[in-house]
Amino acid sequence: MTGVAELWSYLSAAPLTWLTATLLAYIVADTAAKRLRNAPWANPVLFSVLILAPVLWGTGTTYGTYFEGAQFIHFLLGPATVALALPLWDNRETILASVAPIALALIVGSVVAAGSVIVMAQVAGLPREVLLSLAPKSTTAPVALGIAEAVGGIPTLTAVLVILTGIIGAVTVTPLMNLMRITDWRARGFSVGVASHGIGTARAFQVNPVAGAYAGIAMALNALLTSFIVPLLVRWML
Amino acid sequence: MLPTLGLLLGCQLIGEITARGFGLPVPGPVLGLALLLAIVALRPATASDLRPTTRVILAHLSLLFVPAGVGVIGNLEVLSADWLPLLIILVLSTLLAMLAALATFLGVQRVLGGAPS
Repeated sequence: MTGVAELWSYLSAAPLTWLTATLLAYIVADTAAKRLRNAPWANPVLFSVLILAPVLWGTGTTYGTYFEGAQFIHFLLGPATVALALPLWDNRETILASVAPIALALIVGSVVAAGSVIVMAQVAGLPREVLLSLAPKSTTAPVALGIAEAVGGIPTLTAVLVILTGIIGAVTVTPLMNLMRITDWRARGFSVGVASHGIGTARAFQVNPVAGAYAGIAMALNALLTSFIVPLLVRWML
Repeated sequence: MLPTLGLLLGCQLIGEITARGFGLPVPGPVLGLALLLAIVALRPATASDLRPTTRVILAHLSLLFVPAGVGVIGNLEVLSADWLPLLIILVLSTLLAMLAALATFLGVQRVLGGAPS
């Protein structure tokens, strides 16, 4: 048994194990989502996390050990953001024709995303630092963490709220838009990109390439705008 | 595929250096996106070289959020006693933001007489 124990102690700490596990969990989650015809609740991020979390818990693996392997995947978020230039370029004609709706929907979406949480958190009587951690939750994680820190929130809490917001948007966008009979993929994609950043954008790409391109624009522009809007709203509203 | 990865990483690197160097409130990859867009606009032929690789990356964008998503499970205790109001606020605010952006987008388009797709 020492052989097995030694092998396990090597494997459980090796980055390769958790890199492989992450990829396998995603393949299972993505296959399941496709079998379920990309049903809104069958979110691949959520499914992968639900597969991996019990494995980590069962093997007593810390997040730090897990992340040593998973960081190689996490790292690709940067180049993937850069890669969004391609769908923007491919859709340049429709995008240039809808500059005005894009600009105004960006401003309104961004202000509502941040302003509504500030109001609701005040009504709910949440502590001030929780409220400040909530404010940037609709923007992409690296920007949200920077804003939270700058206005006096708790970055770890913001990280959790950002990911949850992404999953909530990705899961609710399709039923919401279908319920309202919205068939304009540009408007559908843009809305989910403003409200729930990259995870919403991933969902949009899953459903329709034009929706994906518009979600990508919304996410990128909202990363810029939120860093200006949140500090202003915090100053005015608190 | 390798030249594409090189170009993506190069754009991100220049973006990171610019963002940090000038203390801009923009993440490096977003500046990298703008740079790549400028490169493709200057030399449109680049787009067809990039497309096969970027298509694969963007089709599996969800995979890239899994490590951060797993981190959420490990950190759920930061939500502490406020988890229920926080969850309700997140759901309501996300729906409100989507509806507000949607109404504005469609409204402006209608006022300007743009053709709906």
